[in-house]
Amino acid sequence: MDSYLFPFDNLLCMLLGISFTVWITLLLVFIIVPAIFGLSFGIRRLYMKTLLKIFEWATLRMERGAREKNQHLYKPYSNGIIAKEPASLEQEIQEMRRSGQGGEPEFDMSDIFYFCRRGVESIVDDEVTKRFTAEELESWNLLTRSNYNFNHVSARLTVLWGLGVLIRYGLLLPLRVTLAFTGVGLLVVLTSIIGLLPNGRMKNLLSQKAHLMCYRICVRALTAIITYHDSENKPKNGGICVANHTSPIDVIILASDGCYAMVGQVHGGLMGVIQRSMVKACPHIWFERSEVKDRHLVAKRLSDHVADQTKLPILIFPEGTCINNTSVMMFKKGSFEIGCTVYPVAIKYDPRFGDAFWNSSKFGMVNYLLHMMSSWAIVCSVWYLPPMRREEDEDAVQFANRVKAAIARKGGLVDLLWDGGLKREKVKDVFKEEQQRLYSKVLVGGGSEDRSRS
Amino acid sequence: MGSTASTLSKIPDVETLMQETGFTPAHMVRLYDRFKALDKERKGHLCPQDFGAIKELAENPIGDRIVGAFFSQGQETLDFHSFVRILAHFRPVDKDRPRDPNVPEPINSRSNKLKFAFQLYDQDKDGKISRAELLQVLRAMLEMQVTEEQLESIADRTIQEADLDRDEAISFDEFRKSLEKVNIDHKMSIRFLR
Repeated sequence: MDSYLFPFDNLLCMLLGISFTVWITLLLVFIIVPAIFGLSFGIRRLYMKTLLKIFEWATLRMERGAREKNQHLYKPYSNGIIAKEPASLEQEIQEMRRSGQGGEPEFDMSDIFYFCRRGVESIVDDEVTKRFTAEELESWNLLTRSNYNFNHVSARLTVLWGLGVLIRYGLLLPLRVTLAFTGVGLLVVLTSIIGLLPNGRMKNLLSQKAHLMCYRICVRALTAIITYHDSENKPKNGGICVANHTSPIDVIILASDGCYAMVGQVHGGLMGVIQRSMVKACPHIWFERSEVKDRHLVAKRLSDHVADQTKLPILIFPEGTCINNTSVMMFKKGSFEIGCTVYPVAIKYDPRFGDAFWNSSKFGMVNYLLHMMSSWAIVCSVWYLPPMRREEDEDAVQFANRVKAAIARKGGLVDLLWDGGLKREKVKDVFKEEQQRLYSKVLVGGGSEDRSRS
Repeated sequence: MGSTASTLSKIPDVETLMQETGFTPAHMVRLYDRFKALDKERKGHLCPQDFGAIKELAENPIGDRIVGAFFSQGQETLDFHSFVRILAHFRPVDKDRPRDPNVPEPINSRSNKLKFAFQLYDQDKDGKISRAELLQVLRAMLEMQVTEEQLESIADRTIQEADLDRDEAISFDEFRKSLEKVNIDHKMSIRFLR
């Protein structure tokens, strides 16, 4: 009996050995070596074009199926349920007055209509809630998580979708996980080794190369297809790079094209290991949890780093939280008070291939990474904007808004006044006071004293 | 979520609701999705805290009164039917409606819109806007921006002009009369898209 098994055993071992070797060789040749040198075979772009054609076909079939059943495809509201009047408070109230008595402005019972209508409009459809749910698509990208038209998926489409699942979870996911581990592992090992060298030009050079290489491997681990625009504006030493924030992947995307000093809180566990080894090779800024509250300390460390011209530019996300990539929310003014050159960067993801937005109230980090690695690809565009400095008569908040507007315009995102922290907190009374102030100006007129808000 | 038909079937009594309010099936589907989006904890009904999560509403000086208008006396929960019925007040007036005295007025008639606005002022629901209630609304809309004396003089002046039967309060008819010339339809309507 035993003799029957031996040959099979050997055969099995041999087969496993061979396939493993082939696998690793392919990985090395097509992915890791190009990553080291920053080259690309163009395979990912070809993949992207093929996928797009398949998605269009899938959507057409769904529309056909829907028309046969005489129903409408549910196109989720990208434009809103209602049409809001763009007129301001003053305009509306003046209009109402004109239709009533003319003459001097004074309170009218009908003034309440404006506030009432605005209030009900916001109950039906408001700007902020829209920004914190994932963006909704017009065509289907064969991922169940973005499909709203289940009834119209025909048999052929189901087969295609099944095939997609097999490919994504059976082929792409293991590949990506392997790459991710390789990338992170290499990062830790290489930076620890480089940390042993004496400080100097050699060390900086080597650390930059090591960082770039590992980030590029991570980029391939996510199958991220990135287009960089205007690279002549890339951030330089002694400056701060600010960008809009959609997900933790933003860091990897930016860091694979240039070297930055990261800012963040010290974490425990795996993240902590990575952080500690990174800081051995080049100076990143990691804060203890207790230090984060002390704004002066934070500002001082940042400005010290920026003043040193040999140190890399700092990478900061001023929104403070992840937004769903359709808009840019209020920038926190801390990083704009430091008084150095700011290099704005706009990042826009293409949602057709995979939604990169991290809804931290819905998904944890591991869940999110799993989603990312089992999507088709992450496609995004990065625009480097020309550097900006704070003008003489601007304060930090105005400067922050100016930068925000530039980023929003370049990336095709909506520029919102709202604070990303509103995701979790309540509205500050400042906003209500603003409304009251506007209304009182209409009522009491410009002649009376202008009570300035502190 | 699915196509229009399947979502509609999830809403109980949707036919009667559509007839009562005049919303189209597409509107009902969108309002249902909005209702579910506001009901973050999936309770199946809304409570005042869910409205508190709407930032633009919190910024509105009379935001809490509007929320109060949704929850009829003492109730702490709002189901989808009541939600839609209140929103129906803000549908634009149907211009070609025949004036049939036997048919009850639709929810979005001029008169009902005025009644809705009236209850925002009349918090104790006694059918009259007293001087104190008027002062409360003025205070909410103006707070720190004007002095107490200015508020009181505005309130006095308003009552003087609108109060026809000299009882120091504004009844619903006096309210309606003082707003005769205002285009209520335009000011108290929301344009619902297709």
